[in-house]
Amino acid sequence: MLDTIPNNVNLDQNPKLQRALLHWHPKFLDWWKEVGPEGFQQDQIYLRTAIGVSAGDWAIYDYVKMPDYRWGIFLANPRKQDSIYFGDKIGEKLWPQVPGEFRKELRRLIVTQGDTEPASVEAQRLLGKTAPSLVDLRNLFQINVEEARHLWAMVYLLHSYFGADGRDEAEEMLVRRSGHEDHPRILQAFNKPIDDWLAFFCFTMFTDRDGKFQLAALAESAFDPLARSTMFMLTEEAFHLSVGDTGIQRVVRRTAELMQEGADPEKAGAIPLAVIQKYINEWASACYDLFGGEDSSNAATYFGTGLKGRFQEGDGKRFPDHLALDDVYTADVVEQGKWTKREIPMRRAMNACLLDDFITDLHRGLKRWNKVLEDAGVTERLTLPNKRFNRNVGIYADSLFAIDGEMIGQAAFDKQIGDWLPSREDYDLVQRSMVPVFEPGKVAGWIAPPTRGFGNNPTGFEYVLFH
Amino acid sequence: MTTAMAQTALEGQRHRVQPQTRPEIYRHWKLNVDGQVATLTLDVAEDGGIHPGYALKLNTYDLGVDIELADAVNRMRFEHPEVSVVVITSARERVFCAGANIFMLRGSTHPFKVNFCKYTNETRLAIEEATEISGQTYLAALNGVCSGGGYELALACKEIHLIDDRSSTVSLPEVPFLGVLPGTGGLTRLVDKRKVRRDLADVFSTLAEGVKGQKAVEWRLVDAVHPASRWDEAIAGRAAELRSEADPERAARKGIVLEPLEKSIGENRVAYRHLTLDIDPAARTATVTLRAPEQAAPLPGDPTELGSAWYPLALFRELDDALVELRFNYEEAGLLQLRSEGNMDTLLEYDRQLQAAQHHWFGQETLLFIRRTLKRLDLMARTLFTFIEPGSCFGGFLLETALASDRIYMMEDAERPVEIALTALNRDAFPMGNGLSRLAQRFLGEPEQVEIVLSRSPARFSAPEALEAGLVTSAPDDLDWDDEVRLAVEERASFSPDALTGMEANLRSAGPETMETKIFGRLSAWQNWIFQRPNATGEKGALSLYGEPNRPQFDHRRT
Repeated sequence: MLDTIPNNVNLDQNPKLQRALLHWHPKFLDWWKEVGPEGFQQDQIYLRTAIGVSAGDWAIYDYVKMPDYRWGIFLANPRKQDSIYFGDKIGEKLWPQVPGEFRKELRRLIVTQGDTEPASVEAQRLLGKTAPSLVDLRNLFQINVEEARHLWAMVYLLHSYFGADGRDEAEEMLVRRSGHEDHPRILQAFNKPIDDWLAFFCFTMFTDRDGKFQLAALAESAFDPLARSTMFMLTEEAFHLSVGDTGIQRVVRRTAELMQEGADPEKAGAIPLAVIQKYINEWASACYDLFGGEDSSNAATYFGTGLKGRFQEGDGKRFPDHLALDDVYTADVVEQGKWTKREIPMRRAMNACLLDDFITDLHRGLKRWNKVLEDAGVTERLTLPNKRFNRNVGIYADSLFAIDGEMIGQAAFDKQIGDWLPSREDYDLVQRSMVPVFEPGKVAGWIAPPTRGFGNNPTGFEYVLFH
Repeated sequence: MTTAMAQTALEGQRHRVQPQTRPEIYRHWKLNVDGQVATLTLDVAEDGGIHPGYALKLNTYDLGVDIELADAVNRMRFEHPEVSVVVITSARERVFCAGANIFMLRGSTHPFKVNFCKYTNETRLAIEEATEISGQTYLAALNGVCSGGGYELALACKEIHLIDDRSSTVSLPEVPFLGVLPGTGGLTRLVDKRKVRRDLADVFSTLAEGVKGQKAVEWRLVDAVHPASRWDEAIAGRAAELRSEADPERAARKGIVLEPLEKSIGENRVAYRHLTLDIDPAARTATVTLRAPEQAAPLPGDPTELGSAWYPLALFRELDDALVELRFNYEEAGLLQLRSEGNMDTLLEYDRQLQAAQHHWFGQETLLFIRRTLKRLDLMARTLFTFIEPGSCFGGFLLETALASDRIYMMEDAERPVEIALTALNRDAFPMGNGLSRLAQRFLGEPEQVEIVLSRSPARFSAPEALEAGLVTSAPDDLDWDDEVRLAVEERASFSPDALTGMEANLRSAGPETMETKIFGRLSAWQNWIFQRPNATGEKGALSLYGEPNRPQFDHRRT
């Protein structure tokens, strides 16, 4: 069984890892069969499988039944740095092992990250039944198998560097369940089912993009195996993000076309712009919370000890100062009903910095979507909610803010919340439009066709061979 | 200057504490053995402090004085087992002992103060053990003023006799004069051992000038007072009475010689014949490797023929020395790893020899020495982790070092046997300060388990068996071993040393209270807190200002 696992971690010479995987692998397969994609498990899906880390040919593309997918373990090539380049331990050698001093912090980071990967597979398990096209169906499964591989990546770290304790944690990853009453996933955002495709595109646009920034921050870690694991995960993650970005773009395009034709999108079975905007508001603001508190002692610890850097910490250009001891991060906050500036010591503000980078990145997507509207002659524009809106975590969690970030009273908030966040009716409307289309080259009426296929194949390619 | 003196002088400069001494080089005590009565006479050399910067006036003591006392008490048991009465007195006119030297205390670091107090407490407990178990009754002959630590030394003796010269008193002036406690067992022994009424003890403990004469007897502070004119006669008479109560067969005992330890001090290493202490300064850990010989020398009909080379005694003398080395000379090594190497069969043969000799005075004294050393181990303010790997020999008396540890890691290895072994000695030969065996304490929640593991046949446990029986904490297999050990050690070394000391002391103290546990768990803990408080050691604290023109200024808030 083990000799079929693609890897570049010398699995065949690592009895410790072999032993751990021999135990874990069957449980993983049981997990996949139980809460992986519902149906389609006997169908042949045209999937990408990672087999190495070299830039040109790191993956192969072929039909495979999902339970036979060859999940692998990969570390990206070594970084150009061989010593720690931020925090208090600058200049010391990168850690090839988990230092006992940071065992608990690293375990927490890896377990928290790892737990999100299977959670997303579980939350998306019913989506296949309503896929708007074969391209989309394939993309969904591509993302599912790769998120599961990202679980492998984190489990590899637990198995290799955390002893028996790590093996226990790796098993727990397969026991917790998204949305389960007794043993839910660790992060609340991952306990919500994703039961329509607009939500799926929002998940891959927003939530996976949070994942990208978290992985990128971990890719700077002094703990070298963690950095190189997450660096390679980012290679796969890029596709997931593009599915979300182009997916929303296609939904917008279809709606804009109908508006251009003077049709009512809702009546045409598509999704009104206002509902799309509410989905954006809901998912974006929920993802702001995923970054954690803007003023966080954990964040300061992670940075100071070299566990987690800033986005692009190591690229040599962005940050001249890798100690971050003297700077402050200035945040506009409300204290006793009044606006004031709060200066947060930079290390404590690392989550806030990462959130800002995330928002900058989101604006690029918004710009593309609004270009579609503009090209269609539609005057409305989509916007991002302000980072203060709808927060449950951090320095804005205790006050009420409008969608544009202005302070607002409870009454005004209650009155407008229905304009900002999706209502039951909105969800039902979206749900009604979800009509499965499994014929090659065809697409459901609520979304524009994909502009690209996958793996140099046309959009009309038969990406799924139903058994 | 002899080589030994040159070495002592050199180490003094480096402030390295040297735990070994012998009567020929004592500077502060005179040991005189006359038949079955020995006399230990305190005559402190004022210029003989182990650190520079203070004079040991008025028979005040420092660690060097106490190391000699501890050596004398120990040697008496091995080298003069015939002795049944030990008189402690002073060579000075009108002064018995004025306690620990205040200027020494004031100039000491907190870790040193704490370890100094711990060591002196251990010495006093050894005096009591010698009286109670070894039949060497200590009699304090206070021929002059006796205050603070001087009176605490007297309290450790079975009887206290005070000269009645209308001026010599016993006193505990620590609270009124110094703003600290009589922390060498003083408060505890007053009420727990001598059963001084607690209100009178309260008065006495704040009465700087002390109590003398008949009142001291009435308050139970001393057992008898004698006028100066009849002093010598009275003490000699009482010593003779006590001697006559002793077992007459003692007189025929022939002592052994406690030969100097074979010990070499290198950089980050103290090497002995059977044991090595290795320090890793970067990791802040120490490792004691206990080694068993390949083959056991047979036990002769008269065990004393073996002398101090008898392996169990030799090993534990070395361990005792290593622990004192660690306490005073390697303060930053916060985690002590215990490991052993050697043949289990040999080790168990020595365990059988100990059992066979336990009714001979030499066997008994060896067992008691091991017991004291294990208690010293229990009291180490260091994390104790035992690692049991292939080739180790933790069995019987040696297993007690593992059982004293905060955690025991035992490797499971399919190819190389890893075993521990229990023997009858683990049942009750080495009670801790609270009177329980380490096994009994380990199984407080399931007392029946003690006899279950002791009655198991064979008495050897593999790693899974030991884990199942609750004898070890964790039994990683050979694949996991390196990671588990490294993570456990590195993580431990990263925690707050103070929090760990407190946590470990609390968890190690499970079980009943005894006078001994009160001394270390209550009196010492309070004393160590007070030592850290500004009211004692701040600029205007009482200890800081003792002997200075300024009065202390207190922060009067009670905590």
